[in-house]
Amino acid sequence: MSSLSSPTNFFTSKLNDALGWARKFSIFQYPFVTACCGMEYMATNCSHYDQDRFGAGFPRFSPRQSDVLFVVGTISHKMAPILKTVHDQMCEPKWVVAFGVCTCTGGFYDNYSTVMGIDTIIPVDIYIPGCPPRPENVLDGLMKLQDKIQKGEQSRTLYDPRTKIGRPAELQGGYSIEGHIKHIEASS
Amino acid sequence: MTPLQRIQEQFPAEIIETHTFRGDETAIIRPASLLPVAKFLKETPELDFNFLMDLTAVDYLFYAGGRIQKEFRFEVVYHFFSLKFNHRIRIKVPVDEKTPEVDTLCGLWASANWYEREVWDMYGINFKGHPDLRRILMYEEFEGHALRKDYPVNKRQPLIGPQN
Repeated sequence: MSSLSSPTNFFTSKLNDALGWARKFSIFQYPFVTACCGMEYMATNCSHYDQDRFGAGFPRFSPRQSDVLFVVGTISHKMAPILKTVHDQMCEPKWVVAFGVCTCTGGFYDNYSTVMGIDTIIPVDIYIPGCPPRPENVLDGLMKLQDKIQKGEQSRTLYDPRTKIGRPAELQGGYSIEGHIKHIEASS
Repeated sequence: MTPLQRIQEQFPAEIIETHTFRGDETAIIRPASLLPVAKFLKETPELDFNFLMDLTAVDYLFYAGGRIQKEFRFEVVYHFFSLKFNHRIRIKVPVDEKTPEVDTLCGLWASANWYEREVWDMYGINFKGHPDLRRILMYEEFEGHALRKDYPVNKRQPLIGPQN
């Protein structure tokens, strides 16, 4: 203890930084896997890419024991209340990752059954687009999430389609049948 | 004698139209005769259609871009298969838009139960005598029938969250 109190070995820190550092390397994730993105999620978790290198290798299948909700795959309106319940059951602090373009914006779905982006239901911290995203892309998203956890930031806002607030600008466009038909006509 | 020829012989007055394409036989029959025809297909020993492979419906509103106007808006389509004889037949029943109703086949093939619930869910066709005609894919609060051609593509009715 005498060396710590000496002026040459003085060490300043903040409790929040230490907490953030500890949290970002011990992510207990809840994989909410509903569709084909689950394959890429599993690939990222397995030995080739190995999410465990980032301290995120331990999925918990109870929302009460997890910090990060990974929403992997299309969410239908029928599934939406269940996703909302799972998110509500998680203890603070919690983060949400939208994995794949269906969870980010609805993707190419534009129909009676699909939720057009889970950020209309629960706040999303990290968007990982791709159909499905490659493991490198997932790890990139995971590192961005770690930065966010280190800073102690959490998303609290939902996306409102009328005001266009709450979703990154590059994910605003979305898919439209009119745009798709125009694209086909222009390219043929 | 093929199954199609057999039911033509048995129910000459009930068959509206038939066609055959590469060995696949189809009969369009009158709605009132669905139950007797189905019973005949299942219970005649030399036909023995013991397997209801598929049961679905077609909405002919705006058919061929609106150029073809059908007399009846819907058709319920049944695909039967015989595991014993390895032969198939397709039965179609025209259904009116005002009273979309046909008899249930639950009493003959137990698998018809969920198929008919799906057709009710997606097309709103009522199956008379069905033991438990509820939606099977969409949720209870869903309004309308999603695969009807006049259901708007962009219509949203979310359970929770904002209209999107």
